[in-house]
Amino acid sequence: MSERSAEIVKFDNVGLRYGTDPEVLSNLSFTLYPGSFYFLTGASGAGKTSLLKLLYLAQRPSRGAIRMFGQDLMTMPRERLPDLRRRLGVVFQNFRLVPHLTAFDNVALPLRLAGADEGRVIKAVSDMLDWVGLAHRAQAIPATMSGGEQQRVAIARAVIARPRMLIADEPTGNVDPEMALKLLRLFEALNNRVGTTVVVATHDVHLLKKVPDSLIMRLNKGQLSDPTGALRYPPRPGGGA
Amino acid sequence: MSVPPLPEAPEDALSEAARTATKQPRAARLLPRPRLGGLVPWVIAILIALVVVAAAGGLSLRNLAASARADLASAITVQVIEPNPDLRAERGKAAVAVLQGIDLVRAVRLVPQDELAALLEPWLGAAATSGDVPIPVLVDVELTRNAAPAELAAIETTLAAAVPGVRVDAQSDWLKPVYRALEALQWLALGLIALVALATAAAVWLASRNALAQHRETVEIIHLLGGTDSQITRIFLGTVLREAAFGALVGTALGLAAVWLLGQQFAALDSGMAGGGALAAVDWVAIAGVPIAGVLLALATARLTIALALKGML
Repeated sequence: MSERSAEIVKFDNVGLRYGTDPEVLSNLSFTLYPGSFYFLTGASGAGKTSLLKLLYLAQRPSRGAIRMFGQDLMTMPRERLPDLRRRLGVVFQNFRLVPHLTAFDNVALPLRLAGADEGRVIKAVSDMLDWVGLAHRAQAIPATMSGGEQQRVAIARAVIARPRMLIADEPTGNVDPEMALKLLRLFEALNNRVGTTVVVATHDVHLLKKVPDSLIMRLNKGQLSDPTGALRYPPRPGGGA
Repeated sequence: MSVPPLPEAPEDALSEAARTATKQPRAARLLPRPRLGGLVPWVIAILIALVVVAAAGGLSLRNLAASARADLASAITVQVIEPNPDLRAERGKAAVAVLQGIDLVRAVRLVPQDELAALLEPWLGAAATSGDVPIPVLVDVELTRNAAPAELAAIETTLAAAVPGVRVDAQSDWLKPVYRALEALQWLALGLIALVALATAAAVWLASRNALAQHRETVEIIHLLGGTDSQITRIFLGTVLREAAFGALVGTALGLAAVWLLGQQFAALDSGMAGGGALAAVDWVAIAGVPIAGVLLALATARLTIALALKGML
């Protein structure tokens, strides 16, 4: 397999600025490979969330080029973005659950948007809610749920459709250590068994050590550093742990 | 640690599902029904009621004008003006005789002097019957068809050659100002309908933008989870359809009630002219099209508004 066909995401000299403000991300050039597990670290304000927004297609870069799943995002018409987004699973920093929908319907959303059979939706969502310990809260709306419960719903929604790439912004920030570990194992299982590429943004250094084969990308003032060889090809698993 | 039984979602199958998702009637379950705004259906109802009344009025005026034209287009009046009563009567009879010999003439009626006097009495009083005022002889002439101006001129020439002091008037000429007024009223009704349609589109445009702004966060989430513009548009169009249909039905009912009341008022006049403005079956079909057109206009406006707004989002 050639290097080009193996890549999931390729950034080439990407910069991002909001309006006329200075760039929050500068000269980012890196490649993410299938089946890898990445941690994105950095202090608050380093640009982690901005980088994730580029990855989950909520933002176009101000300059540079991005390829995702072999397609050039810079020239891609917006009508084709939904097809790419359906290959992603995203855990947003503030969960972004649909406030009027129940936990069940929030988790079911990616499957229903993809036109999945309703019988399959019911089975899959029920199993997923059961697994994250929220079967009894299936009909609860987000406003009546705790932060931890909302986070588990957001994670269930992100993984329900077996994404090819899972992007999670501080996914364990609101759950207890036991649930955090359980969710991390879910990400690992997706990574190992389904081959999902996982990108987890966190500033929890303890979390990094719990996934031994993970790679680390570090952001500092909008610049990406490569302390562990994560950005070289072939990636060097375990370099950051 | 166990892993949840993730649903089977092979890439190809998901891509196929994604491609066909827009054809499936499932979008309505993705979101709660957004509302256009509490007053919008009622605004649509009022506007549709106005259009129904304007359309009924315009069609009625059109029928009235057509009926009057049909009655008068093939009729002329011949006046014989002569101060001497005996000579006037003699020339009247002569005019009748000449007219009866013309092919274009179907029927001729010499208006009796008593009838003329009765017609003029409200204006002339006793003078109308005293004989002091020389009242022209009038002859009502019904033609076989609507005559062209040249044919009318030929009749007048033929008459004038045989009967001095004769004048021919096409009855439809007298009502030309009335026809023009009726035509102006029809254009007014049409203009009113166009303005109301514009107002309806503007109301739906504003309401759609507001509804979209109100649900912007949800729309963004749907987009980020792979929802297409058409899936999002369909959710909103479902709401527009429901609310516009409600408004259109209420508006049509109100408009028809107003038209019925007006119809009763005009019927009470017991006037032949008012009877000419009665609505025909085809007119009622056209009026029935008003709410349908209103709903379609609302849907088209909302679709365009939402499509433009969504294009502004990534």
